[in-house]
Amino acid sequence: MASLDRVKVLVLGDSGVGKSSLVHLLCQNQVLGNPSWTVGCSVDVRVHDYKEGTPEEKTFYIELWDVGGSVGSASSVKSTRAVFYNSVNGIILVHDLTNKKSSQNLSRWSVEALNRDMVPTGVLVTNGDYDREQFADNQIPLLVIGTKLDQIHETKRHEVLTRTAFLAEDFNAEEINLDCTNPRYLAAGSSNAVKLSRFFDKVIEKRYFLRDGNQMPGFPDRKRFLGGTFKSLHYD
Amino acid sequence: MSFLIDSSIVITSQILFFGFGWLFFMRQLFKDYEVRQYVVQVIFSVTFAFSCTMFELIIFEILGVLDSSSRYFHWKMNLCIILIILVFLVPFYIGYFIVSNIWLLHKQQLLFSCLLWLTFMYFFWKLGEPFPILSPKHGILSIEQLISRVGVIGVTLMALLSGFGAVNCPYTYMSYFLRNVTDTDIMALERRLLQTMDMIVSKKKRMAVARRTMFLKGEVHNKPSGFWEMIKSVTTSASGSENLMQIQQEVDSLEELSRQLFLETADLHATKERIEYSKTFKGKYFNFLGYFFSIYCVWKIFMATINIVFDRVGKTDPVTRGIEITVNYLGIQFDVKFWSQHISFILVGIIIVTSIRGLLITLTKFFYAISSSKSSNVIVLLLAQIMGMYFVSSVLLIRMSMPLEYRTIITEVLGELQFNFYHRWFDVIFLVSALSSMLFLYLAHKQAPEKHMAP
Repeated sequence: MASLDRVKVLVLGDSGVGKSSLVHLLCQNQVLGNPSWTVGCSVDVRVHDYKEGTPEEKTFYIELWDVGGSVGSASSVKSTRAVFYNSVNGIILVHDLTNKKSSQNLSRWSVEALNRDMVPTGVLVTNGDYDREQFADNQIPLLVIGTKLDQIHETKRHEVLTRTAFLAEDFNAEEINLDCTNPRYLAAGSSNAVKLSRFFDKVIEKRYFLRDGNQMPGFPDRKRFLGGTFKSLHYD
Repeated sequence: MSFLIDSSIVITSQILFFGFGWLFFMRQLFKDYEVRQYVVQVIFSVTFAFSCTMFELIIFEILGVLDSSSRYFHWKMNLCIILIILVFLVPFYIGYFIVSNIWLLHKQQLLFSCLLWLTFMYFFWKLGEPFPILSPKHGILSIEQLISRVGVIGVTLMALLSGFGAVNCPYTYMSYFLRNVTDTDIMALERRLLQTMDMIVSKKKRMAVARRTMFLKGEVHNKPSGFWEMIKSVTTSASGSENLMQIQQEVDSLEELSRQLFLETADLHATKERIEYSKTFKGKYFNFLGYFFSIYCVWKIFMATINIVFDRVGKTDPVTRGIEITVNYLGIQFDVKFWSQHISFILVGIIIVTSIRGLLITLTKFFYAISSSKSSNVIVLLLAQIMGMYFVSSVLLIRMSMPLEYRTIITEVLGELQFNFYHRWFDVIFLVSALSSMLFLYLAHKQAPEKHMAP
């Protein structure tokens, strides 16, 4: 199978935030009955209609790579995880609305994934610290999802949602807040479903149409393209 | 008057220890989690503070600081408080947090946690019966009864940890045991991992397509969950769902394989990092230490065996014996009393500091390995319980390392426990633990290279 056909989206976040439940909900439209520890990486596939409802509608298979672990893992685990970050087309950052630390760790997760992607060309963008400028230039679409919305009490909801809105703005990304055990948050036609669909459309566009069509003048994209073919030669 | 001054000194030091425990909790243990229940943090720091105070009182005993009557009073008080914490407070809260994790029992949390605590007390009491630890003339709720049981548990823990540590320490330090791992090995394994992931992806794509066609055709995919449904599915089944089940089984086995490959790759990365570390200066230093520790470990196992076989319990402590040897055989004369005090202070101090540090490091490692965001409270409380019991039994055992004149206060405060029993028990468990860790490490070491070096 040619590796050029794949659309790969990483799902990152601290352990216990609900990434596996989220991926199960997105791919199988069902709630995950018995969530357990994710060791290594688990993949699932979502069928997505690009530009649904228009004459250019086309079906794509989006791979959701749910990488397990915590940001504070041993460096050997981090180096092993880095294998999964190759040729990534989009990143979904998941955090737990009831746990502030998981939101704070999202910047470290994104740095871990994005730096790995750019390393083969030898240009290290930051020294590992969170740098807002980096996300302004970032070509990989990001989406921030907050889980366990049902566990937030009505009175605190406004405060929590304002905080997460700032977080999403920092990442230059859209945000969705939901509860992974309730499919109605992603019901067709709801604003969450529209945001999700827009995100996947953006991922697919960046992946296929900007490469074949206009040559992006952006420096990082060309680096990524070179890095991508380099790696696909390596692993085939 | 002097009593007040002494008490204020002790209480100030207790507050300092409490602060240290609080900081350790926040910075090290709960680095990645959010502290929701401050009760847990308070209990942990309080246990740590009172345990350290006990050690501090031993040091004061040796150095002769503070009035001896106020020392005695503080000993008694400290001991009572620690026992109350270890036997009543911490187990109750452990039960409470376990119960609060289970949804069904949400309504009557207090009731169920009391029940759990009573069960714990029953087993705790039963624990003391087969052991010859007390003379039978003590009452039911005296300090001696509680301390003896806490001592048994704590000594077992200490011996297990020491045995494993004594064997594991040279194994990790010495580079002789490091397997040879090259970059090509790692890349080969990573390639296999990615290939497995690719296979999983292609199968999942087929499943997604099959599900979509079934959905569009109006079929519903029922996973056969009950017994009758499974029988039914043998004879009458839509072809779509049968296909799905088969692919799902293949995917399950592939996912299991990918998990194993991931763990092996992480292992190889860790070994490679250790090889690189061993080439540095620090690594070489630790390698040398490893040889030294392996000799020490062999000696300790040998001594434990001798103690058990010849039923011998050391009568004199190492300090006095060392001084005797130097005086008698080497003919060096010096002021025995003065030197024995200082040397035993240094020796006991080193033992205390290394055991506290070692315990905290081990606890942190266990905590990182086991805990999750749900169970972190319970695990921290369990660790606090272990820490308290460990420190109490260290006090029991440290008595053996101190010269006679300093042992009196421990004997006075702790009552008439059969101290010899504890030493014998420690030796037995230490031997068992060391030998079984050696066996375990040997098996793990043997098994590993065959997996990786396969073509």
